[in-house]
Amino acid sequence: MKDMVTKEPLIQVRDLSVGFTGRAGHTLPVLRNIDLAVRRGESLGLVGESGSGKSTLALAMMGYLKRGLRVIGGGTHFAGLDMFTLSRKELEGIRGGRLALIPQNSGQSLTPTLKIGAQLSEALRLHSKLPEAEHSARVVQLLEQVRLPDPSAIAGRYPHELSGGQQQRAAIAMALAGEPEALLLDEPTTGLDVTTQAHILELLRDLAAETGMAMVYVSHDLGAIARVCDRVVVMYAGEAVLEGPVREVLRNPAHPYARGLLASIPKLTDARLPMALEGRPPPPGKAGDGCAFVDRCAIATDVCRTSRPALATVPSGARVRCHHADRADSLPTRSPADADPRVIAEDAILSLGDLSISYARPGFLDQILGRKPATTPTVDGITIELEKGETLGLVGESGSGKSTILKAVAGLLPPAGGRIELAGDGVLPPLVDTRRPDQLRRVQLIFQNPDESLNPRQTIAEILAQPLKLYFGLSGEALRQRIEDLLESVRLGAHYMDRLPSQLSGGEKQRVAVARAFAAEPDLVLCDEVTSALDVSVQAAVLDLLDQLRRSRNTAYVFVSHDLAVVRALSDRVAVLYQGRLCEIGPAAAVYAAPSHPYTEVLLGAVLEPDPDTVPTLSAADIVELSPPARGCPFQRRCPRKIGPQCDTETPPWQDDGHGHAIRCHIPREAL
Amino acid sequence: MAVASTNARPSVASRFLGVIADITSRPSGAIGLALVTFHLFLAIFGPWLAPYDYKAVDANLMMQAPSGAHWFGTDHLGRDTFSRTLLGGREAILVTGIATPIAVLWGGFVGIFFGLVGGRLDDVLMRVVDAFLSLPWILKMLVLIVTFGTGIEVLIPTLAFFYGIPVIRIARAATHDVVARDFIQAARARGHGRMTIIQRELLPNVRDALLVEGAMRWSWMLLAFSSLSFLGFGVSPPTPDWGLMIADARGFMSFAPWGVLAPVIGLSSLIIGINLTADALAKALGIDRAQKAPV
Repeated sequence: MKDMVTKEPLIQVRDLSVGFTGRAGHTLPVLRNIDLAVRRGESLGLVGESGSGKSTLALAMMGYLKRGLRVIGGGTHFAGLDMFTLSRKELEGIRGGRLALIPQNSGQSLTPTLKIGAQLSEALRLHSKLPEAEHSARVVQLLEQVRLPDPSAIAGRYPHELSGGQQQRAAIAMALAGEPEALLLDEPTTGLDVTTQAHILELLRDLAAETGMAMVYVSHDLGAIARVCDRVVVMYAGEAVLEGPVREVLRNPAHPYARGLLASIPKLTDARLPMALEGRPPPPGKAGDGCAFVDRCAIATDVCRTSRPALATVPSGARVRCHHADRADSLPTRSPADADPRVIAEDAILSLGDLSISYARPGFLDQILGRKPATTPTVDGITIELEKGETLGLVGESGSGKSTILKAVAGLLPPAGGRIELAGDGVLPPLVDTRRPDQLRRVQLIFQNPDESLNPRQTIAEILAQPLKLYFGLSGEALRQRIEDLLESVRLGAHYMDRLPSQLSGGEKQRVAVARAFAAEPDLVLCDEVTSALDVSVQAAVLDLLDQLRRSRNTAYVFVSHDLAVVRALSDRVAVLYQGRLCEIGPAAAVYAAPSHPYTEVLLGAVLEPDPDTVPTLSAADIVELSPPARGCPFQRRCPRKIGPQCDTETPPWQDDGHGHAIRCHIPREAL
Repeated sequence: MAVASTNARPSVASRFLGVIADITSRPSGAIGLALVTFHLFLAIFGPWLAPYDYKAVDANLMMQAPSGAHWFGTDHLGRDTFSRTLLGGREAILVTGIATPIAVLWGGFVGIFFGLVGGRLDDVLMRVVDAFLSLPWILKMLVLIVTFGTGIEVLIPTLAFFYGIPVIRIARAATHDVVARDFIQAARARGHGRMTIIQRELLPNVRDALLVEGAMRWSWMLLAFSSLSFLGFGVSPPTPDWGLMIADARGFMSFAPWGVLAPVIGLSSLIIGINLTADALAKALGIDRAQKAPV
């Protein structure tokens, strides 16, 4: 039933500029002169970093602007209708019906008090001509179409009873209820686990092919774009800087920013650190007369400062907003040769012995009777040794217990059993309250989101002074000098001292958090998803900084992330966790190559590369487990290579290759 | 946010000035702050500005309509309503001005304590607070005032006590919000002492919420004080007070409406002023979540 891609554009954006009125009364543009068209049956990707205006553009295509924003010039048409001149009533008829939106967090966009079936029926009542009696059959059909198992059961559930991936599927089903001609997707897979994300993307591809609807896919993730889109628009500071076929844009981008963006993405196949794109985009209204990217561009010349480049077509067929598009291919899209290898002493700094952690608290009756809860612990049997100066990557999906282990090592969560041993200090007491100051100093923690981990009411100097005063008793000029040195070491100047965190960008804030951890001169730094809240180009810079610091100070890291490519770029050794149990551990290169644990295989297969020709392999079912099984292999319920009842009853043995690469599976190593 | 637009925050004084500048940059905030300042000015300098003696009774001047000599007319005892209105807020502002900080301090202290302790004790204590809040305030206050008398020395502690209880809720909620955040975890992981964490990490974040809550409580307390005066439990005659003036003049409202109108304008302009200022203060401090940049 797939329509051919027809000539007539379904969505046409013409010279659209959108802005808001700033404090001083000036109009500050958020979108500038956007020109693009989406044809029937085509899928267009909008890619860019946070603040680039990609979501604003997608919403504008629906005739919707966030409060405070207004159209400065141009307009947008959907199927020949000028979206900004339509009445509220007319828009209601189109939105959700012919033109549907799937937002980032559908868990929040589904009504929590209505069953999935009821929400779908409502969408049908509003946007389809089906008679009431056929609704329930259609609901099941829709849920089937988004590949939800047991659709009639799902229809009877409330949103909170579904996993994140299932909620996203239900939201897609709801959008499909009106048989839309076009689907707008705003970061639909951000925040989902890699395997779930891969499943959703495959579903979207299939749906586009089945129904022939057009898609506008907004994402910061070039990997997802590569999988779903035919054409890509790269956004920067409210402008479309590059537009072209996905293969062209991802293989050989003709715009310097797109090249920088591509180079800053860590790749699964590449153990080197990604290249950082220094600087930050100009805020609205600060783009100046020239090219918006000029301050960060390596090939900028004088003309780039004085005149704004037009969107011009280059020989490859792409449209580029750059004066020097012909020279862009001189910029690398890959990192340069690897830096010097580091020396890792064969001398353990941290050893975890059979560590287990349980979130279950004994109930009231258990407390009285002095019983211990009989539930299986959340994290169990973690035995890991970390050498001085080594980086251990800890990977796994959400709920795998990665952060829980870090919290236990940092003394914020009491372990249920096992020991945490720090070289020179012996076994650490379970909680911070009972640890000695020097033990605390040697282990430092960096959190995921610097907005949360930096006190918004303290200046940068006050933030950095905390560990310095506490551990070294510094004050006065010595303290000031040390703070300056620290800021210098994370490539922020002394002029940052009196600023508040809210005056810094996300990347700068995370640097302050890194500086605070290193202020203690630690031997071990625990990094908990430290780059997940950052844009890719900023992520590359923070990874580079962490690399520099471990080289100069010989610090050991435990680096927790759900992103396998990021872990690969930084780690010497990698441990794979599922449901709080270790599946595989070994040198990074060995873990990322065969043979591997079935779970590692599933994870690696689901990773998306910014390359339209890599196809993810989806082997395990897309289900979310809430608690680990009491016996046997932790992966037993999802394993695509399960061999028999021993997987359910016996804990699999560790199979070692003699070089530190161990896999915990019943399948013989040779067969993995 | 004001904090974000100022380039540095080296001292409390400059942050204070920044917040003031932010408040006055909004029309509603500027009007509110002007009204509050105006009333404070009158409360301090009123006795020197009033054209007549507020307690000068004159049987020949009863119930006069507004005129050039008596701008707001005169009351049933022939006293100048303008002079009395000018001075009518002094007592109220004095009492509530002392009681509000006490209420915020003790309510804040207890609320933060509850928020930090958490768990079952917090649950039980908060239910007690809820039960207490469900009783009509006027009943509770009248019981105390009838028992102990109506002087300032009773009114201030009574108002401070009752208006501190809702502050507990706010302080507790703000503490809960902050305690769950990573910077508190970070401080704990570094091994800072409990008091240091409360002082350096927690208080600066709870303080702003309390400041705004305090401003709001002030306007509620003013209303309560005026209501008590209206009922005859606040200020004793002949001291001029808006609540008392409304009570005295309300019997003659049909033919001498100015007697009620003047104190009503005095009281409501102060309360509106305080509310506008409190709103603008919340925005200036970045507490108000609705007020975010469109991008």
